[in-house]
Amino acid sequence: MPSATLLGQALVSGLLAGGLYGLLALGLSLSWGLLRLVNLAHFALALLGAYLTYQLGHALHWPPWLAAAAIVPAFFALGIALHMVFARFRVTEFTSLLVTFGLAVILESVIQWFWTADYRRYETPYASASLRIGPLFVPVLELLACLTAAALACATWAWLRFTYVGKALRAAAEDPAIAGAFGVNHRRHAFVLSGVSAAYAGVAGVFIALISTLAPAQIWAWLGVVFAVVIIGGLGNPVGALLAGFLIGVSESVTMAVAAPAWAPLVSFSILIGILVLRPERV
Amino acid sequence: MSERRRLVAGVLAAGLGLAGLPLLGLPAFYESFLYLVFHWIALATSWSLLSGYAGYFSFGHGAFFGAGVYTTTTLAAAYGVPFLATLPVAAAVAALLSAGIGVVVFRVKRLRGELFGLLTLAITFVLATIVLNTRLDGGPGVFLSNVPMPRLVASPTGTFYLLALGLATVTVAGACLVTRARLGLGLFAIHDDEDVAEVEGVPTLAYKLVAFALSAAVAGVAGGIHAMYVSYVTVGDTFSITVPLYVVLMSVLGGARHWLGPAVGATLITASLYAFTGGEQALLGRALVALILVAVILVLPQGVVPTVLERVRRARPRPLEAGATPAPALPRVEGAALECHDVWKAFGGIEALRGVSLTVGRGEIVGLVGPNGSGKTTLINVISGHYAIDRGRVTLGATVLSKRPAHRIASLGVSRTYQIPRPFAHFSALDNVALAATFGAARSTPREARDDARGWLEFTGLARRAAALPHELNLHERKFLELARALAGRPRVILLDEVLSGLNPGEIASAISLLHEIRARGVAILFVEHVMRAVLELSDRVVVLNEGEVIATGTPHEAMRAPRVVEVYLGKAHVVA
Repeated sequence: MPSATLLGQALVSGLLAGGLYGLLALGLSLSWGLLRLVNLAHFALALLGAYLTYQLGHALHWPPWLAAAAIVPAFFALGIALHMVFARFRVTEFTSLLVTFGLAVILESVIQWFWTADYRRYETPYASASLRIGPLFVPVLELLACLTAAALACATWAWLRFTYVGKALRAAAEDPAIAGAFGVNHRRHAFVLSGVSAAYAGVAGVFIALISTLAPAQIWAWLGVVFAVVIIGGLGNPVGALLAGFLIGVSESVTMAVAAPAWAPLVSFSILIGILVLRPERV
Repeated sequence: MSERRRLVAGVLAAGLGLAGLPLLGLPAFYESFLYLVFHWIALATSWSLLSGYAGYFSFGHGAFFGAGVYTTTTLAAAYGVPFLATLPVAAAVAALLSAGIGVVVFRVKRLRGELFGLLTLAITFVLATIVLNTRLDGGPGVFLSNVPMPRLVASPTGTFYLLALGLATVTVAGACLVTRARLGLGLFAIHDDEDVAEVEGVPTLAYKLVAFALSAAVAGVAGGIHAMYVSYVTVGDTFSITVPLYVVLMSVLGGARHWLGPAVGATLITASLYAFTGGEQALLGRALVALILVAVILVLPQGVVPTVLERVRRARPRPLEAGATPAPALPRVEGAALECHDVWKAFGGIEALRGVSLTVGRGEIVGLVGPNGSGKTTLINVISGHYAIDRGRVTLGATVLSKRPAHRIASLGVSRTYQIPRPFAHFSALDNVALAATFGAARSTPREARDDARGWLEFTGLARRAAALPHELNLHERKFLELARALAGRPRVILLDEVLSGLNPGEIASAISLLHEIRARGVAILFVEHVMRAVLELSDRVVVLNEGEVIATGTPHEAMRAPRVVEVYLGKAHVVA
């Protein structure tokens, strides 16, 4: 049995990793739950955001916050453009999976074309900065990512809960025809949501660039885990996605500490399978 | 020769013809390329068996492929089993794995569509983790270079080519057979509406399991051959996203609901990927394939093969077949008495049926009436097996129906209609009826069923619309299609759920005369209805339900005048007055 410090450290890094999972899951959960579109290209967008942050910082020496200020609005527009295509061709829940897979592969190829398949690392002076709480180390950047995820999740929750657009989106997700009959302009709101979802991919991308080493194939590395997070959290439920991110992150890192790192995927996917088989009505 | 035999013979002949290719002494390069083409044809075609035909999109084909890869690898490399002998084992392991997954997963009703897909993907990752961490692989990968390779022809690439060709030929011919057999019909029906398929007599669970196991078995063999072909297997390559995604893309591109579609898609994608090999070209190729995929799904969501066939069909005017052949004599049906004894059904805390007892004799028409929410439709759902009964007993003649699965109840002679017609959306009117005839009480071959179905369409006045798809029919026609479908199962009892609502008086009159004819054949009819004129005109007896209990039975006039009934329908004051 590992020591208390090791377990504590596993808990901390699990929570922090889970925050990033939650951040990635947020946009995916919104578009899947409220627009009934499963967007595999979300991961590719996040990675594109990461490479752009890297490029802006590396070549133009833009600080990350400035990069974020440029990337997030640009991605919002990109999300709207993407939804124009979906709306134009009446993409359904299932075809969206295939179309966005194709988009993800195209984006992966584009990334590989510009930045090659080599690993890229965005070196910043504060990359290795960390807080020390008792015997535990808390890396600052990951903590920041985690806090951003929490802030965005809560803000999104409030947006959906209290504003007109949020309520209209939830109503239209339940029954678009009835919501339409009551005057909800679902098409217009869908563009906003699609933009928000893509913008969240951009935010996640900035943090990915700061925290991890970049390679084009990383698009597929997150796929399984983040889908598990989205489903466990409940589709269209931002706070659920965040909490599910923490759950998966912690269970993975504790498995790594107790057993071996290679066993980690077993835990998250077993949780997912268990939920799907035992409580499918939750999804 | 029937169309089916001609097609299968064609596939086998093509396979045999292509088997002669290594004799030409082609460079190994071509044999490798063709090996890959047939490898993907076998994988994509096998995937479509469950996922294309029945609509259970699986992203877990990689798990079965991987099970095959590691079965062959373990047996051949660690235990010295001859390579060819490992292949049947690979098939068996993959099939058992899929059947095990299916037995658990297919019982969960909501696990369809993208949820089933993600579940199977998760299973792939779990399997990969287990293989990676156990002695099956252990991490560094396994070499197969010491395993002796049997020689079917002089070159090893030729041997691999022949193995993949054989597998692909058998798989495509098998897929062709399946689409034209009961299994295929049943799977297509499951795709359109699984609940209705079950009620029409399709053993849905068994069919899904068989399709899943067959599909996995082929993937297992393909994996076994591929393990030897690459001769060095790693968890990362075996369980990567490539196999599950490529089979989906190939099938969707070619047309996942057509037996030849996945083969065409596989050939197109493998060829275009091969055209761009090496360095930056490979990158370009992959992006191009992805672009084609996006374009095809947006523009041709049906896939290449069905779209092309549709164009050809439209270009060539079809000979009139419906009017040309005289309708066969209607088959005789043998009625039986239906009895419900103290039937209870609750949903959570709401008791929808509270000890309902009623009988419908041979050749009797019983009207089931009652206010909305009184439990009429629930009773029909319980009799037909759509809902499991909580307590009580339902019998047909001497046979106990309750507690049996819905498809068994259908095959024992219980047919039903739905209040809102639920035809199979991708089946023509004729095929909708033929499906019921294939799986109903009088089990017949698909060919006989089509002849029968023509008769029933004639009977219900839909003969002219035989080739129409459900969405092309109006409400009246759809209601009669629902009735024709219920009749085609050659039922002994028919449960009709508001077949008349929404029809105009003329249509109601023709429906009533139809029902009289059906009754004359000895069929027992239980019908739920709000149209009072029809209830009075048709029923021998009426049973009135209120809040899940029978409050009156008797001749229509007796029952409708019973004080409790008047009270329920009109309120108490009228009784007093």
